[in-house]
Amino acid sequence: MEKRVRVLVAKPGLDGHDRGAKVVARALRDAGFEVIYTGLRQTPEQIAEAALQEDVNVIALSLLSGAHNHLFPRIVELIHEKGMTDVLIIGGGVIPDADIPVLKTAGISEVFTPGTSTTTIIDYIKENVK
Amino acid sequence: MDNESLKLKVAEYTAKVEKASAKFPERKNLEYNRLYTPLDLEGQDYERDLGLPGSYPFTRGVQPTMYRGRFWTMRMYAGFSTAEESNKRYRYLLESGGTGLSCAFDLPTQIGYDSDDIISEGEVGKVGVAIDSLADMEILFDQIDLGKVSTSMTINAPASVLLAMYIAVAEKNGIGPEKLNGTIQNDILKEYAARGTYIFPPKPSMRLITNIFEYCSKNVPNWNTISISGYHIREAGSTAAQEIAFTIADGIAYCEAAIKAGLDVDAFAGRLSFFWNAHNNVLEEVAKFRASRRVWAKIMKERFGAKNPKSWMLRVHTQTAGSMLTAQQPDNNVVRVALQTAAAVMGGTQSLHTNSKDEALALPTEASVRVALRTQQIVAYESGLADVVDPLAGSYYVEAMTNQIEAEALKYIQKIDDIGGAVVAIEEGYIQREIQDSAYKWQKEVENNDRVIVGVNKFQIEEKPVEGLLRVDASVGELQKKKLADLRAKRDNAAVTAALAKLEAACGDDSINLMPIILEAVKTYATLGEICGVMRKVFGEYQAHATL
Repeated sequence: MEKRVRVLVAKPGLDGHDRGAKVVARALRDAGFEVIYTGLRQTPEQIAEAALQEDVNVIALSLLSGAHNHLFPRIVELIHEKGMTDVLIIGGGVIPDADIPVLKTAGISEVFTPGTSTTTIIDYIKENVK
Repeated sequence: MDNESLKLKVAEYTAKVEKASAKFPERKNLEYNRLYTPLDLEGQDYERDLGLPGSYPFTRGVQPTMYRGRFWTMRMYAGFSTAEESNKRYRYLLESGGTGLSCAFDLPTQIGYDSDDIISEGEVGKVGVAIDSLADMEILFDQIDLGKVSTSMTINAPASVLLAMYIAVAEKNGIGPEKLNGTIQNDILKEYAARGTYIFPPKPSMRLITNIFEYCSKNVPNWNTISISGYHIREAGSTAAQEIAFTIADGIAYCEAAIKAGLDVDAFAGRLSFFWNAHNNVLEEVAKFRASRRVWAKIMKERFGAKNPKSWMLRVHTQTAGSMLTAQQPDNNVVRVALQTAAAVMGGTQSLHTNSKDEALALPTEASVRVALRTQQIVAYESGLADVVDPLAGSYYVEAMTNQIEAEALKYIQKIDDIGGAVVAIEEGYIQREIQDSAYKWQKEVENNDRVIVGVNKFQIEEKPVEGLLRVDASVGELQKKKLADLRAKRDNAAVTAALAKLEAACGDDSINLMPIILEAVKTYATLGEICGVMRKVFGEYQAHATL
């Protein structure tokens, strides 16, 4: 049997809005992925460590506080430092369009903004996970 | 027509429309009945269930005059970047006809960290203004008369510290605490359940809250010591009935804690205030406001034996639903906010914040905030909705819905009582799970097109990226760090150390009210992070159990 895709849903920074993260986590679980949710207030270091320990294929970051430009690239950096180069890293939240190209250059594969259907995210992961 | 013949007529009508509406499946499965008649209000007693505005059980409103006396307070939630920038926005809002202030603090401030803490990186000044010490607070309220304006502060875990800073700023300007008007949110239970800016575990958090109740009852008598908030519970995905049920259950927990600490219910209950969400379903929301007043009045009178009518009143601030704003075709949000405003006003709110159309994308610009404030002013002055008290009373639908939401809320409150109260229900994850289930159900409905969100799953268009969004300057963090370094070099550090040592000792002794000691510490220019750091050391930190 094919190994199930493992996804870490993570809330970096101090943001407490986790409705989106939890809804996405649950939808991913219902779609057959194995989902680990970090809970709130995770530092980039904690997220990278959890990703390594849990041996995940995908990291889904959720942030609504506006700190994405600082925190998302930092997480990518730490993940790569740990030698996890084939993990798919995606992000979501209140993220202005203007910031998306910058985040993509920094290694976030795709950014999902408000109104995205969970099936769009599920399909994206299925198509892009390594 | 007597009830029996009405029943027959309604049955006939129902049979007829069932057949006809089979052709319209899209509109078939709505939550509420198609039609309401006097049959839905059987057993209702006007005096017992509604009463007059300003009288028990306050279903029709807490004041006799409502908006024929004066309009609700138009209180726009604002704050970003530095104290200097936010002070400018506050003065702009007051000059534009806003009638109260509402401060948004950044996340480090809300979680008790200084701007130069490593964990604050990237977050300083983002979702609100950064306040590190009394020095920032002095700038935030510069040239604003704290004796005249009323100020609401969205601050919870460190509410005691920010309130102390506010009192200290006023004192410096020659305004005594007895003259201060305003509100601190100070509602830690919904932070655990829905909003996430907790610091300490429940026990010391409840102590801080009861300390504030007691201190303010004696020293800051016009201050609303808590804003028991359903807003964030609803934003996290709850239904209307869950919003008021979980919030009122939190309210019960605060009353029980204060009474257990030896306070008389009438000494603090009149200063409790609430915070509701104004969501999209206008009439359901009106019913929710009405039901919540009746539920609370009965609980305060019957369960807690409060004697003062002020203790029975559920006074409420409202904010339109942020989660209902769409990033798609954001101009449509102006219409959503107008309808939500109508709901809050017909529901009888005491104050209101209206969201701006661009808030699904970023913090609002000055121009979009103006439209949001104008929306309130149009509803107030032009729409006629504020001309008659509780205008929807007597509507078969609204009255039946009020009863239904009340019944549903009471069922939840009973369930929470059975679990052992709101604190235990939160610790066990019950309330979080209920909210998450509702949030997931909502999302499924949207994705299955059972629920239409205009511009999101129907009536979409190709859109260009929105331009002209507000951007918080990334240098805010550096600026705050520099201000902190200057402060630490300039202040009397021996006095700071002494004040913090005194606070640490007091934290360890439950019989001491911490408010006067925090006030002393604040006046030495001890920082928010230093004060909360001492409390963290003694109280520990809350460890959430993430549930899916």
